[in-house]
Amino acid sequence: MRTTRWQRWSGLLFIMPWLITFLWFTLGPFIASIYLSFTNYRFIGLPTWIGFQNYANLFGDDPKFIRSIINTLYYTGVHVPGVMLLAFFVALLLNQKVKGQPIYRTAFYLPSVTAGVATAYLWILLLQPNGLINQFLGIVGIDGPTWLTSSTWAMPALILMSFWGLGTTMIIYLAALQGIPQHLYEAASVDGAGVVRKMWHVTVPMMTPAIFLTAVLQIIGSWQVFTQALIVTNGGPRDSTLFILLHLYRTGFEYFQMGYASAIAWVLFMIILVFTIIQFTVARRWVYYEGATER
Amino acid sequence: MTARTIETGPGVRQAPVAGSTIRSRRIQRMRIIARLVAYVGLIGGSLMYAIPFVWMVRASLMSIDMFYEDPQPLFPDPPAFNNFADVWQIGPFFWWIGNSTIVSFAAVTAGTLISAIVAFGFARLRFPGNRIFFLIVISTMMLPQHVIIIPQVILFRELNWLDTLLPLIIPLFGGTPFYIFLLRQFFMTLPLELDEAAQIDGASRLRVFWTVVMPLSKPAIATVGVFSFINHWNDFFFPLIILQSSERLTLAVGMRWLQAGQYEAQRLHLQMAVAIIAVAPVIVLFFFAQKHFIRGIALTGIKG
Repeated sequence: MRTTRWQRWSGLLFIMPWLITFLWFTLGPFIASIYLSFTNYRFIGLPTWIGFQNYANLFGDDPKFIRSIINTLYYTGVHVPGVMLLAFFVALLLNQKVKGQPIYRTAFYLPSVTAGVATAYLWILLLQPNGLINQFLGIVGIDGPTWLTSSTWAMPALILMSFWGLGTTMIIYLAALQGIPQHLYEAASVDGAGVVRKMWHVTVPMMTPAIFLTAVLQIIGSWQVFTQALIVTNGGPRDSTLFILLHLYRTGFEYFQMGYASAIAWVLFMIILVFTIIQFTVARRWVYYEGATER
Repeated sequence: MTARTIETGPGVRQAPVAGSTIRSRRIQRMRIIARLVAYVGLIGGSLMYAIPFVWMVRASLMSIDMFYEDPQPLFPDPPAFNNFADVWQIGPFFWWIGNSTIVSFAAVTAGTLISAIVAFGFARLRFPGNRIFFLIVISTMMLPQHVIIIPQVILFRELNWLDTLLPLIIPLFGGTPFYIFLLRQFFMTLPLELDEAAQIDGASRLRVFWTVVMPLSKPAIATVGVFSFINHWNDFFFPLIILQSSERLTLAVGMRWLQAGQYEAQRLHLQMAVAIIAVAPVIVLFFFAQKHFIRGIALTGIKG
């Protein structure tokens, strides 16, 4: 039958736009990037095959690359737990029955919508030695550092800036909080649980899927920090905020070492993949999906 | 949660039954304290999060001389409104706005529509390879664009697309994996009987998509449209690499161009005015479409 065969295949027509662009702009470049990472290619001429030389150089002969990994680990280690804790706390507050919640929610969420070059500019001003942050610290009696010109304080400055963008994480938590059935709290009260025990035995377990999701997203995001590092600190001072992606950008698009930059890209990809796989493996031990056992 | 649970929990109702007025008074007091903590945290916190925006406006209204006064004036007096007129004298500024508008418009219209068509295929139609292809969509969602950026740039060079808007626009015509995923999940929730009924009436699949599924999915489509606009308006990494000539830049890359320019020091006030102009549409859209944001994020969040 003509019609059934047509019906069988017509669905493919609907996904065809995606399929074509996927093959052309994603799969092709994906395969090409594996190949390029084993070559020496400087954007002109032809790539020459050099085997594992790029990878050997990365780990054996490129202190900036090692530095960028350490910097990114430092950022991840402070930013991820920090932003999660802060967002959790804010979400708890936003879940209270008090007046004006839509206004507070907007204030906390807006910075993550405007994230980009414009707000990076803004933070350059805020972090000046006589900027708003240090004026504020002055009121509390702290003599603020010269954030952006100090190799010790530039990274904390970027982390501080990252806390301003807790909005997405916070909204995910808020949605999860509002999804916790009230009867669980009522049951806990009947059993004599106080505020702390309710938090620890009802709220936190019910929130674990959201906590897990945000942890995965934030860690992936940490390895892709770029705009702030380029605009606010430009990797400095003395490479103290050289993130791995900034190193990739400079190598590939300022020095045009495209083979070498492809190797950086693949190491970056592998790091993200390993982190994500580890998280999914460990998740089985601590993430609680309500009703998962029924499946 | 503390105030709410104490307020609505059975503890409050039970207290008088227990007969202990001391206990009920303690609960009462805790309730007030919890509320107080919430108000202090919320008002203090939202002020801290909002003040940088005020500071942005302040800086955009300062004349260049005020930046170098010590101490800087708390509020620019007189406010230099002419900064917003002067930015138009930055040669290519008009083009930046135009380019960003073109890309964002294409993303919101064509990008969203095609994502919806593809998502419809995945959600409602059976064809060989449906599951495998969808698995690929999910995988590419997790693939960082930076991994494939270098071969992409080489490809665009071969196509003679470098330093044009084409690399930013053409891939939109295949839909975006994340939006395909979101819309597919949403379409799956609509009852399949609707499609069947329409098909019995002789409607083609494209017609089912356009007259049955799309009208029912307006909220989800709006969410994707809003996200898409903001992501493309703010996008920086990709256009930074693709675009070069000053009049071909998008607004985000243009700001970088201003910063890297040789007149950097003299342009601080204009930079902030440009930054305000860049952020304004996003903020306006956010206020008009706030519920779509919350829903969109919650949608992805709950799924996890």
